[in-house]
Amino acid sequence: MSRAEPQFDELYREVILDHYRRPRNAGALEAPTHQAEGANPVCGDEIELDVTVEGDVICEMAFRGQGCSISQSSASMMTERICGGTIGEARKIMQLFEAQLVDAAEPDPELGDLEALQGVAQFPVRVKCALLCWKVLREALNIDEREATTTP
Amino acid sequence: MTIDTARLREDFPILSREVNGRALVYLDNAATTQKPRAVIDALTHYYETQNANIHRGIHTLAVEATEAYEGVRAKAARHIGARNAEDIVFTRNTTESINLVARAWGDAKLREGDEIVLTLMEHHSNIVPWQLLAARTGAQLRYADIDAAGQLDLDELRSLIGERTKLVSVTHMSNVLGTINPIAEIAEMAREAGALLLVDGAQSAPHLPVDVEALGCDVFAFSAHKMLGPTGVGVLWARAGLLAEMEPFLGGGEMISIVKPEGSTWAEGPHKFEAGTPNIADVIAFGAALDYLDALGMADVREHEKRITAYAIEALEGSGGITVHGPHDVEVRGGAVSFEVDGVHPHDISTIVDAYGVAIRAGHHCAQLLMRHLSVPATNRASFYLYNEEREVDALIEALDEAKRVFGRVESRTAV
Repeated sequence: MSRAEPQFDELYREVILDHYRRPRNAGALEAPTHQAEGANPVCGDEIELDVTVEGDVICEMAFRGQGCSISQSSASMMTERICGGTIGEARKIMQLFEAQLVDAAEPDPELGDLEALQGVAQFPVRVKCALLCWKVLREALNIDEREATTTP
Repeated sequence: MTIDTARLREDFPILSREVNGRALVYLDNAATTQKPRAVIDALTHYYETQNANIHRGIHTLAVEATEAYEGVRAKAARHIGARNAEDIVFTRNTTESINLVARAWGDAKLREGDEIVLTLMEHHSNIVPWQLLAARTGAQLRYADIDAAGQLDLDELRSLIGERTKLVSVTHMSNVLGTINPIAEIAEMAREAGALLLVDGAQSAPHLPVDVEALGCDVFAFSAHKMLGPTGVGVLWARAGLLAEMEPFLGGGEMISIVKPEGSTWAEGPHKFEAGTPNIADVIAFGAALDYLDALGMADVREHEKRITAYAIEALEGSGGITVHGPHDVEVRGGAVSFEVDGVHPHDISTIVDAYGVAIRAGHHCAQLLMRHLSVPATNRASFYLYNEEREVDALIEALDEAKRVFGRVESRTAV
């Protein structure tokens, strides 16, 4: 019986494993302006995210979490990619990243390392792992928006 | 007699299918088991030849359907060594059976200051109903610890059970660790304290010979779908007289005796707790599952699972970089085997082994208290049943080797 050997080197690219083993921006911020946390209750992945925003620039980010290599490397790469940019830029990256995973769109060069997660699109049950940190980021930024509307 | 898996596997249509180009290796039996042809045929047979509502007609079909449904009560009783079919209530699942007791018994019997004793190895279905009951009544929950080997600390459990204890509710077999708890000893403790003992048998009724009289428990709950039967059928057994002491659970048709504008009286026996049209077809098909198990004999099922579980534990730990949780002695454990692969999260394992056609479970297994106790967010779990073969364990090991290789790439480079 001939059978194709499963190919996982493409899903689990070395850059993903590297972020999983040595997450960037792991830890907590002393005085974050924004915080959010989220979990995938089905599988138990967890991300807590601290963000410091000055004006509309994301100055600092740190995350704590536990979970699979996809959820944790995605968080590590997210912080690395969007830290230092504006909230508007973060939104754009978020849209590009979601398009890559949900619509299996061709990765945009703007995504940087995050492009490595494109293989996850082939594993629908794992897409939520990669999107968890972005959901948490969205919540942090939405809180910001709600506060902005109530602040004089 | 030894179970002949090669012959027996032909009874299970799904076991001949392929997944991702490979023969299916189904090792998620603690979640639900596959169904033999006899069970599937029983469903079709009922709908094609007997379909009628039960207990409310005197036409031939209604009589036949009622007899078939009620006949399964006796089979379920026999399966767990219960004397009376009238002490068997059909529910939707183990969860509903436990919730029924929490409502129908607990609401009337518990007061502020009373205590409910549970263990850290309980499934959420044997925790959350009691948390809700505690919130309604003011009762307190106490949790018995487990030791490093994954077994209950009986001395601690004994110290938790006292005169305030009204209920002890404990799993017969852990769905994560496979641990089989010494129910008869625990029953002795509960009896001395005058507390009710509920046993969650969801993982034991499918895999062990069970005798509720010998165990000495008051209530025993289990699910059909984990023992070759269809989904949507649970069983609640209560010792003689206990059902009569309990208040109704759901109100409606079937569970009444006489309904008057000012109030109603209740049906006797299990019918008091089976409001509305029950899951007739699936209960009848569950009867076929019980017949199948009884023909094999639960002692032989247990022997087969002991063999394959011992083989799996040795193969997993022998393959390197894998730790098996829970007791390793198959005399005190069943076939739910949780394990960790060094440096690889269970979800990543599950994705990779699925590509090899191997179905295992990754996650917290509805046992978050136990996960916290083990200091892990999740585990991998392979769980066996009567149709599993050693070559399927080998297929799992081969798939795990690939996972270790994929995740070892970066590590082996950075280790230089």
